[in-house]
Amino acid sequence: MQTVKMVVTGPFSAGKTEFIRSVSEIDVVSTERKISTAAEKAVKEATTVAMDFGRITVDDDLVLYLFGTPGQKRFDFMWEILSEGMLGFIVMVDSTRPETFREARSILETFRAYAPTPYVVAANKQDKKDAWDPEDMRHVLRLDSKVKFLPCIATEKSSVKSILLELLYSILAEMERGEK
Amino acid sequence: MALRGNLRDFTITQLLNLINLARKTGTLVVDGPSDTAHLAFRDGKLAYAQIGKTVTGLAVILHNANKLSSGQYKAIQQRASNISDKELGLLLINAGYLTKEDILTQLQLYFAGIVHRLFTWVEGSFHFENEMLPPDDRISVRLDLENLIIEGSRQLREWEQLQDEIPSLDMALKFTDRPGVNLRNVNLSVEEWRVVSYINPKNTIKQIANATKMNDLEIRRIVYGLLQAGLVEICRPEGASPAPQVRVFPTEDRDEQKSLVNRLISRIRSL
Repeated sequence: MQTVKMVVTGPFSAGKTEFIRSVSEIDVVSTERKISTAAEKAVKEATTVAMDFGRITVDDDLVLYLFGTPGQKRFDFMWEILSEGMLGFIVMVDSTRPETFREARSILETFRAYAPTPYVVAANKQDKKDAWDPEDMRHVLRLDSKVKFLPCIATEKSSVKSILLELLYSILAEMERGEK
Repeated sequence: MALRGNLRDFTITQLLNLINLARKTGTLVVDGPSDTAHLAFRDGKLAYAQIGKTVTGLAVILHNANKLSSGQYKAIQQRASNISDKELGLLLINAGYLTKEDILTQLQLYFAGIVHRLFTWVEGSFHFENEMLPPDDRISVRLDLENLIIEGSRQLREWEQLQDEIPSLDMALKFTDRPGVNLRNVNLSVEEWRVVSYINPKNTIKQIANATKMNDLEIRRIVYGLLQAGLVEICRPEGASPAPQVRVFPTEDRDEQKSLVNRLISRIRSL
């Protein structure tokens, strides 16, 4: 059995676990714990402390694993371990929480430093009324026009599928560029 | 029992606060990433500071602060290199070159500068030696810690923000591909120009900091400004040995790899 993996990263409460849950064929193996700090508790009740783990069986011979990283900075020692051997990565950004944009940028830089693999950035929670416009977010996140920055609703399978596909197209394009 | 611990658990600002509140007398020894610092306190006030093993003498401090001309400095080195700081201070005051206040002010600025450098140290260990003070031949000052603590807290916040923005100094910088921007029309400080002159994908930010003799905070500040202005962007250093390659694909064959990605695409589409 051949296996490949992709990593879903981003700040605390960006929607990484939901993203994986939307497409994984198994119940996401999640290492969520109750949140201890009051500030974070105001955002959500539980958070990922080690990793989330989802699976998509491609055929008899190939499985895609999706790993979600813990969003809180104090668990960032897990990031490098999770990034090893990844095909590509997705950076999730909560469009409704501009206070996390700077951290998202920092996570993106950190993962780029770990491995020069293709990546896409997903502007999650675009269905919420206070979501930022993706173009404004692109400026704040200082994303080059060549970087794929895609609107996303992590709870909707179709939206998650399109993000994964865009990453796979980028991986394919990178391979083709490497052949020239 | 002497106070000891790790900078990850207890910051320099917190240590200074403790020493100030407890009116401690003694020497705080901080073992940082590349140097060791000694800060001596008397009744909770900074008395003396030294970084590294070499003692920076009064003549050097005054010369660097432009309080002694190069000629005066040379003469001191030749004729009075064996005398202590206290003796040299008296000599300069008696000769009318400087006042006592001049000397104390310059020493305070120099010692405060050392404490400022320590604010950027986030890794390392410390211990406090009660009642240990610098040798009698050194000139000590009495510098209130409150202002240093406030400044340290500010720097710490700035440091944390800058670390978020520029997490690694092992990355390189390159000029952005923006044809409309002419660097000559941008108002840059001397320090910024010094950094700009080294920008090249071959040089890591750490190497630029070493070449321009800037500490981590100073180089991060300048790089952050250049990034915000859209003049430069962070890139992987050219020629650097690539990160240890962990197998991404289960096969080495390029066609099989492409086929694998295409199978993934078909599967995701069918979900």
